Amino acid sequence: MPTLTINGRSMSVDAANDTPLLWAIREQLQMTGTKFGCGAGLCGACTVHVNGEAVRSCQTMVGDVAGKKITTIEGLSAKGDHPLQKAWVAEQVPQCGYCQSGQIMQAASLLSKNPNPTKEEVVAHMDGNLCRCMTYSRIQKAIMRAASEMRTASASGNERRPT
Amino acid sequence: MNEHVKNISPATTDLSRRSFLVGTAASGLVLGYAGVPGIDSASAAAPTNFEPSVWYAISPDGLVTVTCGKADMGQHIASTMAQIVCEELGAKWSDMRVALASNDPKFNDPVLGAQITGGSWSTMMNFEAMSRAGAAGRMAMTEGAAAAMGVPAAELVVRDSMIVHPKSKKQMSFADIVKSGKATKTFTPDELKAIKLKTPDQYTMIGVSVPQLDIPSKTNGTAKYGIDVMLPGMAYGAVVTPPVRFGATVKSVDDSAAKKVPGFIKAVTLDDKTGTTSGWVVAVAGTYANAKKAAAALKIAYDGGPNAKLSSQSLLDEAKRLQGLEDSGQFFVKDGDPNAAFGSAAKVVEAEYTTSINIHAPLEPMNATAEFKGDILHIYSGNQFATRSGAIAAGAAGIDPKFVVMHQHWLGGGFGRRLDADMMIPAVQAAKAIGKPVKVIYTRENDMTMDFSRPLTYQKVKAGVDGDGKLVALSHDVVSAWPTARWGIPDFLTPSVDKKGPLDSFTVNGADFFYTVPNHYVRAIKNELAHNATPSGQLRSVAPGWTFWAVESMIDEIAAATGKDPAQFRISLLDGAGKNDGGAQRLRNTLLAAMGLSGYGTRPLPKGEGMGVACVSSQERATASWTACVAHVAVAPSGAVTVKKLTVATDVGTQVHPDNIRAQVEGAALWGLSLAMYEKATLKDGGIEQTNFDSYTPLRMSQMPEVAIAVIANGEKATGVGEPAVTVVAPAIGNAIFNASGARVRALPITAEAVKASMKA
Repeated sequence: MPTLTINGRSMSVDAANDTPLLWAIREQLQMTGTKFGCGAGLCGACTVHVNGEAVRSCQTMVGDVAGKKITTIEGLSAKGDHPLQKAWVAEQVPQCGYCQSGQIMQAASLLSKNPNPTKEEVVAHMDGNLCRCMTYSRIQKAIMRAASEMRTASASGNERRPT
Repeated sequence: MNEHVKNISPATTDLSRRSFLVGTAASGLVLGYAGVPGIDSASAAAPTNFEPSVWYAISPDGLVTVTCGKADMGQHIASTMAQIVCEELGAKWSDMRVALASNDPKFNDPVLGAQITGGSWSTMMNFEAMSRAGAAGRMAMTEGAAAAMGVPAAELVVRDSMIVHPKSKKQMSFADIVKSGKATKTFTPDELKAIKLKTPDQYTMIGVSVPQLDIPSKTNGTAKYGIDVMLPGMAYGAVVTPPVRFGATVKSVDDSAAKKVPGFIKAVTLDDKTGTTSGWVVAVAGTYANAKKAAAALKIAYDGGPNAKLSSQSLLDEAKRLQGLEDSGQFFVKDGDPNAAFGSAAKVVEAEYTTSINIHAPLEPMNATAEFKGDILHIYSGNQFATRSGAIAAGAAGIDPKFVVMHQHWLGGGFGRRLDADMMIPAVQAAKAIGKPVKVIYTRENDMTMDFSRPLTYQKVKAGVDGDGKLVALSHDVVSAWPTARWGIPDFLTPSVDKKGPLDSFTVNGADFFYTVPNHYVRAIKNELAHNATPSGQLRSVAPGWTFWAVESMIDEIAAATGKDPAQFRISLLDGAGKNDGGAQRLRNTLLAAMGLSGYGTRPLPKGEGMGVACVSSQERATASWTACVAHVAVAPSGAVTVKKLTVATDVGTQVHPDNIRAQVEGAALWGLSLAMYEKATLKDGGIEQTNFDSYTPLRMSQMPEVAIAVIANGEKATGVGEPAVTVVAPAIGNAIFNASGARVRALPITAEAVKASMKA
């Protein structure tokens, strides 16, 4: 049985190596925050992080991620308080909410590398994530709000650092 | 124990076309779960709760849990219901919680008499009932507090879940009062009706954008959708659907290869006596991944059935043939005599408008989990029509509907798709066949090719203008499959004006517009071929999504033919004469608001750019939200269209939650854009050709234009916002393309090729 390192825990799953990671996470580990949308890497609802990179878990096989660090929406933050999650609430982004785990995970991989993205960079990074409720403008606003808060937090963190 | 208020009296509304449902609620339409002893609903209160009505309970810790009988598919209707209750109850918003109702008829919509969510009806039809329920609770709590404090109830003030006696400075919280057991007052329907509700100037909650109660759970993965249901010992089903949308039958199933898939349990060929599906097989296995592998390994032989050769073109050809017949269809509107008026008209304008098949494609693929426990069939799913879906599940199981309990979940998008119950049939029959709970999940390919789609439509409109440029006659034929007739519930059909039997008004709503036209015919023609080959459904905005495409394009064509500004021409037609009084003026004002916000006509635009207007009374005459759009587009010489900005104004009467209205109107407007420009499904050899988001392509973030929204709240009754803005966008874009380039497009979705071809012509 393959062992997966998910959200900092090591867990073995009863799944063949050619099982999509999505279904191992949802059914074997019963973490249902990661969603099935298209099964073809076209919608982004199943986005998780593998070694910090956003990947489509419906296109990632269990056998290919053994030993790698996997993060799902459940593990993005300890209390659902990642700056993006807080911004998603502040901007009241979700409607049906089904795509939003994937949107947040996709956005988190952008902000971890680019703390100050332009609108164009946000669009380019997020364009593979469909939202059928069309909450795109609020997603953009929430990403900008989170980026700004993360920059402020890290700047104030620097100020307080003893010299 | 406290007695429940037995029934919220049906709201006395002027929704004439809906009122028949109230009267029949007790007979034909109550199809579902009948409160069989021992299976009380999930929301049944703990003994110490105070339940002033079926709609909510206050627990001893002071939390107020509102049970929402409407499907929440992202319109935040559960939160909205809680907000309306909260206003009259006097609770603190942070004390409010929501639960989703089972299919117990006690949770039926007070106006519709069933559990169905659609039509942008929920707020308008539940506002009064929730207000009265909230007020009744406040009165009961106040009396309880008065008894406990030993002061007159009339001297108490209720605010933020506290009841205060200012004179003595005594106070009790809602929690204290429930714990004291002193809140016991019950209300008869007549007493409920007699309650004096707050007037808008007294509102402290209605009109405030409070944080939506469901949103935090939708940012951390904890919100539970139907697809997330996990039951002990559950198996998974993957469906194999035939290459033909409807009418195929299974000749044989060879499961020899499937048997080699680990965990494979069984292949079940559906025996669907409800007539919802045809030729489906479900492969059941221990995991979904293996169920899919087994499904792929099944070798199934089909008889393609009567529709196996049909294409979009054959449906369109049939529509044109039917329209050409004088005795086709039934009349929805029959005012004056357009045919006589055309004879004396100075100018006659005629055009054909079409819309393609469109697919709902909510992001959560269709799914359902079925479990037989004793005599009871439990269904776990997110569904918009619990009353009918419970009956379909019962039909699939061969049991009485009163033994079906529906466990509602958040919907990962609805848009009308989850009014249907097809997904319950494979789940029920697989669970029955293997004696275990089964969760069936459609692949995206199943979901797209077996959608109850927006039907292909063909409309012919003929207009006559007199010597003064006045529109004197308009005849409008609408040919389509009839989505609502498919339900088989007579109450949802409408008598025809020419007494030729009931028609499906959900194919012609909107064609009965608020323009004053003395001679006006609207004919609803059922395309039986399309109806059978492409079983259709209600797709966000339903008929007004196509009728206003025709009407609002034609109005522009008439304005162009008579040399008038299209916005001013509309304003002249919205004179409020006769039956249009009131509505026409509100629509005119809304159009003016959109014009103002967009800067329509105030400055010259660069070459190749243009603005177009449209205004609509969607969804129905009796339930209209007055909505107007100004689209600003740029058209390249290649015919490529860029939508630069959509300005939408909507008159919703009363705003419960301003921020949510903006979210809904923006989402609806972008749906309108997506349907106008990006979404097209086609039928070939009886099957839908598009299978996933590579070939069926809803709007993505990079295709977003600027959207400006003006919400008009003038104190009239609250109206719906989920759909109307869908319907106004396509004609506004079409009219803007004409304004920019002189090209007139009459087919949705709009393509660069069609624009270019029309430019040359």
